[in-house]
Amino acid sequence: MDNFITSLLGENILTFVLVTVPVIAFVAVFALYAVLGERKISAWMQNRVGPNRVGKGGVLQTIIDGLKLIQKEFVSPIRADKYIFNLAPIIVFTAAFMGFAVIPFSSIFIGADLNLGLFYFFAITSLGVIGLMIAGWSSNNKYSLYGAVRSVSQIVSYEIPTALAAIPVVMLAGSLSMQTIIHEQAGGILNWYIFGGPGAISKLILFPFMLTSAVILFISTLAETNRTPFDIVEADSEIVAGVHIEYSGMKFAMFFFAEYAQMFAVAAIVSTLFLGGWQSPFGDLIPFLNNPWIQFGWAISKGLLLVFVQIWLRWTLPRLRVDQLMTVCWKFLIPITLIDLFIIGLYAVL
Amino acid sequence: MPEVRTEEMLINMGPQHPSTHGVLRLFLTLEGEIVKDVRPYIGYLHRCFEKHTEAMTYPQVIPYTDRMDYLNSMSNEWSYVLGLEKLMGIEVPERVEYIRVVMAELQRIASHLVALGTYGNDAGAFTPFLYSFIDREKVLELFEITCGARLLYNYFWVGGLSHDIPANFQSKVKAFIKEFEPNIKMYNDLLSYNKIFIERTANTGILPLDVAINAGATGPILRASGLKYDLRKDEPYSIYHKFDFEIPVAEQEVGTVGDSWNRYMVRIKEMVQSLRIIEQAIDNIPEGDVSSAVPKRVKPPVGEIYSRTETPKGELGYYIISDGSLNPYRVKARSPSFVNLSILPKISKGHMMADLVMILGSLDIVLGCIDR
Repeated sequence: MDNFITSLLGENILTFVLVTVPVIAFVAVFALYAVLGERKISAWMQNRVGPNRVGKGGVLQTIIDGLKLIQKEFVSPIRADKYIFNLAPIIVFTAAFMGFAVIPFSSIFIGADLNLGLFYFFAITSLGVIGLMIAGWSSNNKYSLYGAVRSVSQIVSYEIPTALAAIPVVMLAGSLSMQTIIHEQAGGILNWYIFGGPGAISKLILFPFMLTSAVILFISTLAETNRTPFDIVEADSEIVAGVHIEYSGMKFAMFFFAEYAQMFAVAAIVSTLFLGGWQSPFGDLIPFLNNPWIQFGWAISKGLLLVFVQIWLRWTLPRLRVDQLMTVCWKFLIPITLIDLFIIGLYAVL
Repeated sequence: MPEVRTEEMLINMGPQHPSTHGVLRLFLTLEGEIVKDVRPYIGYLHRCFEKHTEAMTYPQVIPYTDRMDYLNSMSNEWSYVLGLEKLMGIEVPERVEYIRVVMAELQRIASHLVALGTYGNDAGAFTPFLYSFIDREKVLELFEITCGARLLYNYFWVGGLSHDIPANFQSKVKAFIKEFEPNIKMYNDLLSYNKIFIERTANTGILPLDVAINAGATGPILRASGLKYDLRKDEPYSIYHKFDFEIPVAEQEVGTVGDSWNRYMVRIKEMVQSLRIIEQAIDNIPEGDVSSAVPKRVKPPVGEIYSRTETPKGELGYYIISDGSLNPYRVKARSPSFVNLSILPKISKGHMMADLVMILGSLDIVLGCIDR
């Protein structure tokens, strides 16, 4: 059973709406408040106050910013290829949001528990790179073009370690379904895949390898979402804003929203694969915390924790250079994940 | 497979670009991400400083020197008034000399903090920028309580100073030293020895010593190439001979001597030395009147003089020609940023575009000083 709404109403158009709308609403609210959160957290890290004028402590800041962006004129540069220039933000936005279909928020709530869930996620989020590429190309701006070239080479390269780091979990769980992967990690924090998954022997043997896989997955997802230290796609000190350079108003806002939505999506994937998703860290010790409604809290708070780490890294680290970025990917992450994969595969087979 | 036609990409970087540190325009020839050629175009901030001076009296020029390199106005003024004092044979009171040294060294710290912060920003690390500006703010506050201005001071006058230091100045400077000293370690932890930062800056834009000397580079850039050359030691002006301090040069610590990282690191080490000078000077400021030697009319005799000081950016010199009237006949400024920028095309070819930004940042140019 996918979720409680389907079980109550059966499969019809109403359920479809009732399942989709909360997810989209959550993502929209998350994106708004992640922007504010990022600004507040960065301010806190930099001894500043951050936005504090609109609403109490600035809580309405990003809503007002969004309204401002909506009011702006719908500008397309005169030399741009207008049709695909306007299509690009839609592709990026859609790709980022479609990933949420398979993100499990609770044992009773997931958009669609596909048996190929993880595969679907990686497939659909990598569509976003097409949007970035055509955005850079159609803007008819040299800086945008550099951003597009960088984004393609970066995201395509980093998809490999992302997938390779996720495969060990799939091998241990024996499924690509998100809910199955999470169900496998039941029974408290020590059964999470980051610690080697359920079973005493597996914990002993696999803990270091699963931990590396988890860290590498997190690092590669940073690169996939173009976050510092891998933000060379936007690198404001080099190519100013990369593909975003000619976009303004709502078109820019869509890129912006997509970026923040994707931040949470990849955080949710890392937490699903390695941190037990919606599982309570206390396992069966406190049965109340395994309540399906409390599970929403676990899923979201684990996601937010990882989003916080993303923000934290962004405001601490400098940015890598293009060739160093590739070096990190091809010379370090991929070989390490391959070794991990081999050892964990060996364990899974034996 | 048909042959792929390739072309070089021509890009205008600037005059409006976040990391050209002002209105500098770089005309880049790129092959992919690799820089084939860089041509700096300057003049977007040209304000006819040198021509202006001919229509003004000598003291009226001082505020204009402030506006040259607006990050180290105190040092700019010093170079200029030093020349006039020599030309007129004015003996400056001891108290004035001490205050000038303290001010110039505080200014050096402030200027290097901007260099550090913006350099971090070029590398993509935004946080060190704000930290360094918090520290710079404390220096600016010291200037503010002294002369009322935070950026353009008009503080050094021919023969003296515009204001005496306030009564609490010494204690405030000591408090600043106490607060600032541990922060240098923080900057090193946060940025200087960060693995990514080292990867980005070490071994990029290596400036060999002979090229540096031939191009006329001065200041931290020359010292980062390994030459211990500092006017404060090699041609001591004012009372610098009284203080005990070292001239930091690049060491074989990280990267290669002459690379961007060393240019950056020399500045950090200079801040430590500046603190040493301030510590020695601040307690020994003698009593006296700061305006006792200020002449009623600045009217130097017929003659010419070249006076130079070590500003945070390098050697700043003014060639002043006096025809005996109240206005200078000619003032020519030798600005360190202008000379240092001329090195950029020599050291950035073959690097990536992202390195170019880091090399330009490590030269620490100020366009106000280049264009004048």
